[in-house]
Amino acid sequence: MAKSYKEWEQPLIDLEENIAKLRERARREIDPSKRIAIENLAVEYETRANHYIEVMYARLSPWEKVLVARADKRPYTQDYISGCFSDFLPLAGDRRCADDQAILGGVAKLNGKGVIVLGHQKGRNIQERQVRNFGYARPEGYRKATRLFEIAERFKMPVVTFVDTPGADAGVEAESRGISEAIAASMLKMFELTVPSVSVIIGEGGSGGAIGIACSSKVLILEHAIYSVIAPEGCASILWRAADRGADAAKALRLTAQSALEFGLVDGIIDEPKGGAHRDPIEAATSVREAIISALAGFEGKSGAEIKAERYAKFRAMGIFGE
Amino acid sequence: MQKKPPTDAFLQCDGCKKTLFRNDFEQNLRVCPNCGKHHRLSARTRIEWTFDEGSFVEMDENLHSVDPLAFPDYAEKYGQAQAKTSEKDSMICGTAKLQGKTVAIAVSDFSFMGGSMGAVAGEKVARTLERAAEMGVPAIVFCASGGARMQEGLLSLMQMAKTTATVERCREAGVPYIAVFTDPTMAGVLASYASVADVILAEPKAMVGFAGLRVSKQAGVGKVPDDFQMAEYGVAHGMIDRIVHRKELPAVLTLLVETMGAGK
Repeated sequence: MAKSYKEWEQPLIDLEENIAKLRERARREIDPSKRIAIENLAVEYETRANHYIEVMYARLSPWEKVLVARADKRPYTQDYISGCFSDFLPLAGDRRCADDQAILGGVAKLNGKGVIVLGHQKGRNIQERQVRNFGYARPEGYRKATRLFEIAERFKMPVVTFVDTPGADAGVEAESRGISEAIAASMLKMFELTVPSVSVIIGEGGSGGAIGIACSSKVLILEHAIYSVIAPEGCASILWRAADRGADAAKALRLTAQSALEFGLVDGIIDEPKGGAHRDPIEAATSVREAIISALAGFEGKSGAEIKAERYAKFRAMGIFGE
Repeated sequence: MQKKPPTDAFLQCDGCKKTLFRNDFEQNLRVCPNCGKHHRLSARTRIEWTFDEGSFVEMDENLHSVDPLAFPDYAEKYGQAQAKTSEKDSMICGTAKLQGKTVAIAVSDFSFMGGSMGAVAGEKVARTLERAAEMGVPAIVFCASGGARMQEGLLSLMQMAKTTATVERCREAGVPYIAVFTDPTMAGVLASYASVADVILAEPKAMVGFAGLRVSKQAGVGKVPDDFQMAEYGVAHGMIDRIVHRKELPAVLTLLVETMGAGK
């Protein structure tokens, strides 16, 4: 069982590096016949790499999905915002005490019309990861989200949220400022909206931290993203006292996008480019943009009351039990 | 050989470790007369000790989990919990009366799989809040839960959204919704319907928090305060309205119902 995305993908990375080296050698080779031979080899390697990607990504196990969803090369909220919208203007602060950089949000234009957009933001390097708190949002983040939802409601702007968090911040500071209340209040505000809302789970849909901004009219999920009540390692550590049994827990929890759709807990899956969103972030953002536009189009002509009632009915029906 | 007293007559308080007469302890509503620790109650005892005698009408009593994920060992654990508690799941709901006034209630039972919220508990909370809105009576929910039931996977996470959505129903209908945090009120339950009640009461020293202490310590910097994740800490940080002794709860709830709700 690979522990990280890097470890899991290493054979492919090696292959891709070799291809790049061959291409470089071919470029420098003066002898035409030798150059052709090297290029042919590169093509052969490329075919193998493509085949490898196809096979690997077509049959990802739940645990491999976890690794892919957490991959640090994956596009983050910021990438989707710039790929899906024009004229994004970040807005900041919860108007109480701080601005949480783990949730990024503001106004933007989609097809020329104003929308409120926000999402969890992870960092790309060590400094940014710290600033973004690794995507673990604090109470201030959820209160900023609540504030932005209020703006959306007041000015009749559709809402788009991107979900990508390992979970909400569980530290002492977050607790002292009411992380639980901040999450609950954010959800409640989402249910009050009379404007349509769309959430896209782009990477890790981690527990309460995720659902806090995911109570939308339409919830979409990327093909290799995950959505779970608890991190698989946490589940394994509670159930079997073995955090290293994350793969078993990932399977048991049914945390893949495909399972979420099967249980009717998300409204649709957005296909990723071959080999995952990170291999072609532009194509990924284009697909996400199209999916958002088509989801929002479904609400045209509907009254605010209808939009709100529809959202309520959808979440109200979630849960399987006997009676 | 000295004859040992029948163990039934005595018990040890797990708060102060003092040996107590069971009679005194029961008379005191299972609050330790020495240290004041409020020991956990079953949902049925809670109902009996809080609401008008014989006023409880149970509803939705046949709801049960169907192990939708076929999660490893869940069916077995669930069966054991049912056998241990004689309950179908971790939540009991229906209507009851407070000084003659009808209220819709849901009461969590911690002894059933840690009071965890799966589809059944979520549905019962949702129905209770909807019932309150429809009947035009106050809703009272007693929380006692470790959080979401992970054996039901994402379905249990969605119970956070579902229950919170129904809080909106009470607000629209103009009926008060009161939550009582008992030991413990944690994680997915605290971060959903529990925290958005109109009024939040808590029993003394009930554990109230987002993540287990171990996780919080890992994630936090610096020292954890002595009263961290206790109801009193919640009051100090503006998250809970009042700490109420178990003996006072019926009177306080009645006052809230009389002042805030039309209560039929």
